[in-house]
Amino acid sequence: MNRRDALSRVALLLGGTVIGAEFFLSGCTNSDKKIGQSVDFTADDIAYLDEVAETIIPATDTPGAKEAKVGAFMTVMVKDCYKEDDQKVFLEGMNKLNEAARKKFNGNGFMKITPEQRKELLTAIDKEQKEYAKNKEKDAAAHYFTMMKQLTLLGYFTSEPGATKALRYVPVPGRFEACIPYKKGDKAWAL
Amino acid sequence: MPGDSLNVHLNTKATAQNTYDAIVIGSGISGGWAAKELCEKGLKTLVLERGRNVEHIKDYAGTEKNIWELTHHMRLSEEDRKNSPIQSKCYAFDEVSKKFFVNDVENPYNQVKKFYWIRGYHVGGRSLMWGRQSYRWSDLDFEANARDGHGVDWPIRYKDLAPWYSYVEKFAGINGNKDGLPQLPDGEFLPAMEMNCLEKHVAASLKQNYNDRVMIMGRSANHTKQVGDRGPCQYRNKCHQGCPFGGYFSSNSATLPAARATGNMTLRPNSIVLEVLYDKDKKRATGVRILDAETMKTEEYYARIIFLNASTLGTAQILLQSVSDAFPNGLGNSSQQVGHNLMDHHYGVGARGEFDGFSDQYYYGRRPNGIYIPRFRNINEKTKRSDYVRGFGYQGGAQRGRVDHADGIGVELKEKLTEPGNWTMQIAAWGEHLPYYENKVTLNKEKKDKYGLPTLDIDCEFKENEKIMRKDMMESAQEMLEKAGLKNVKTFDNNPPPGFCIHEMGTARMGKDPKTSVLNGFNQMHEVKNVFNTDGACMASSACQNPSLTYMALTARAADYAVNELKKGNL
Repeated sequence: MNRRDALSRVALLLGGTVIGAEFFLSGCTNSDKKIGQSVDFTADDIAYLDEVAETIIPATDTPGAKEAKVGAFMTVMVKDCYKEDDQKVFLEGMNKLNEAARKKFNGNGFMKITPEQRKELLTAIDKEQKEYAKNKEKDAAAHYFTMMKQLTLLGYFTSEPGATKALRYVPVPGRFEACIPYKKGDKAWAL
Repeated sequence: MPGDSLNVHLNTKATAQNTYDAIVIGSGISGGWAAKELCEKGLKTLVLERGRNVEHIKDYAGTEKNIWELTHHMRLSEEDRKNSPIQSKCYAFDEVSKKFFVNDVENPYNQVKKFYWIRGYHVGGRSLMWGRQSYRWSDLDFEANARDGHGVDWPIRYKDLAPWYSYVEKFAGINGNKDGLPQLPDGEFLPAMEMNCLEKHVAASLKQNYNDRVMIMGRSANHTKQVGDRGPCQYRNKCHQGCPFGGYFSSNSATLPAARATGNMTLRPNSIVLEVLYDKDKKRATGVRILDAETMKTEEYYARIIFLNASTLGTAQILLQSVSDAFPNGLGNSSQQVGHNLMDHHYGVGARGEFDGFSDQYYYGRRPNGIYIPRFRNINEKTKRSDYVRGFGYQGGAQRGRVDHADGIGVELKEKLTEPGNWTMQIAAWGEHLPYYENKVTLNKEKKDKYGLPTLDIDCEFKENEKIMRKDMMESAQEMLEKAGLKNVKTFDNNPPPGFCIHEMGTARMGKDPKTSVLNGFNQMHEVKNVFNTDGACMASSACQNPSLTYMALTARAADYAVNELKKGNL
């Protein structure tokens, strides 16, 4: 790591600040709030989050988010890396999302609806979160689906299948080649 | 009584056991060099380190892991931020490297004004996590104080240090090109790293659009070729976690093993130096008193010469704690300059933009180095500014990043995120901070740490000259990128407080006059001839280059002088 990379990373966060990642910016305030030790997730929660993640990043010719165990990753990140207020938004969001599924699909929760229905639902909620992010006060909590989507993308592309199959990854490059040909369709480096 | 003579006998024996030729306080980038030089010149040397031991390679566990093998995939947890609210802001603090940063709660200091003090208390100190950028200073820097009247004149000039730069570069292993710039002298370099496509394009644009500046490849302490048993660099870009390939210079990889190989070094970790002991009749320091951080017992060690390499703020603390009848304000501090003139670099300001083009170009490997635009302001009459003195340099780089966020979900989103995005480039400036007497560190005897030692009150700020310079730092960055054809060029100013550049300097400055400085031209205390200081504390000005290479050269030169003086019987 060098300082150039640390600063560049901020630039790449085109979708806004990654929740819980404000350490990239200097001058941010620190919260003394207690970490929510009470936050706990069940196996059912993880299965549910796996399906949400799989809808965002489905299996294609490369593995999807479920195979990358993104559901479990989300729970670890929410438990360990989120502030209490954000944890609350995330947990409530899990209920809200399920409610939205029931409302739209005859009382069937997210786990009961088809992959097509899931995609339809999350496409609508993705628009909702984008709209919400545009209009929200600077310090207000993020939309729960902003969190789920960010954690899915982070978790997937830094997972073994995501980094090595959906992207390209070389743990020990051994050399540096400054300019090599690239052709459309070649995968990006994971790191 | 028989008991008395027994006591005397035991004390004499203990004294003999605890007596060395030299003591080095601190094992970071300058302490490592002091240890190597003194040991290689045959001195039995005790190296005292306040933190735990860190053994090269063995203690870098975690760096071999892939990102998915880390619980938080390199992100920080709330617990990390709670334990280390300051350290966790550092760019190099991550899920693996965090073990090399102090726990802020257990190691408090007081910010009279906002100051981020980034520290590593362990063998090797911050040489393990350092940024590795390595640049010589020139007479533009050594003459600066004399020229514009800020601070006191340096007692040395470039010609005094030039051979020592060469000496340390050859051992340390610095990569770079010979660029032939008077303000940034060339050195003894390993092969340079290479610029990528966009960097080459912007470098060519600078050459075309300006006659006062150039963009060069960064010079870093990564080993592009094997240096002894170290390296070569494997382009993982994980240096700050400790390199299992020994691909960059650190005390742990280079100087301490060299010192150990002589058989003359005794390394004592967990040894917090409380004070330097002084004999007012002999007018010499006799040794040090330490607190063992594990047993909480104090112990004394004795030596003929003492090298203080505890870091700019650590050295100031030890000197201020070393009070005696002869030096009631701290050892060698009749000038009242110890703890004053604290400097850092002001940085975190610049511009970034996107580039349309080179879509058929990419790179392989993760280069742990960037580009450098050496200082081009106030370097001669033609480049003189009327609004501020001194100058700045830019560091940065181009990359073809991955798009890590996009609208939508599903297959389309996944596909969008698996290809590289546009090329982007960023440059950010590192600016000189003038020495101001009122920027200072003092002991707070009311607030003690867990060892019962006073904590430090740090009272430091950037002033008008720095603030005016920052405007130019930002505007010039934007102008250069726009002239090179980058799009959506945006400026930024993260406005980091002093300390955050981790280039603290100046608390025991060198100078010609004992009335206004602490050290002479050989880093020797004016008032205590057998005490030397060669860490950042000795710096009389800050220049705008990363300072570690200069500490290395000053250390090797001072050690050579000290041993010659010893041989002559002058110490």
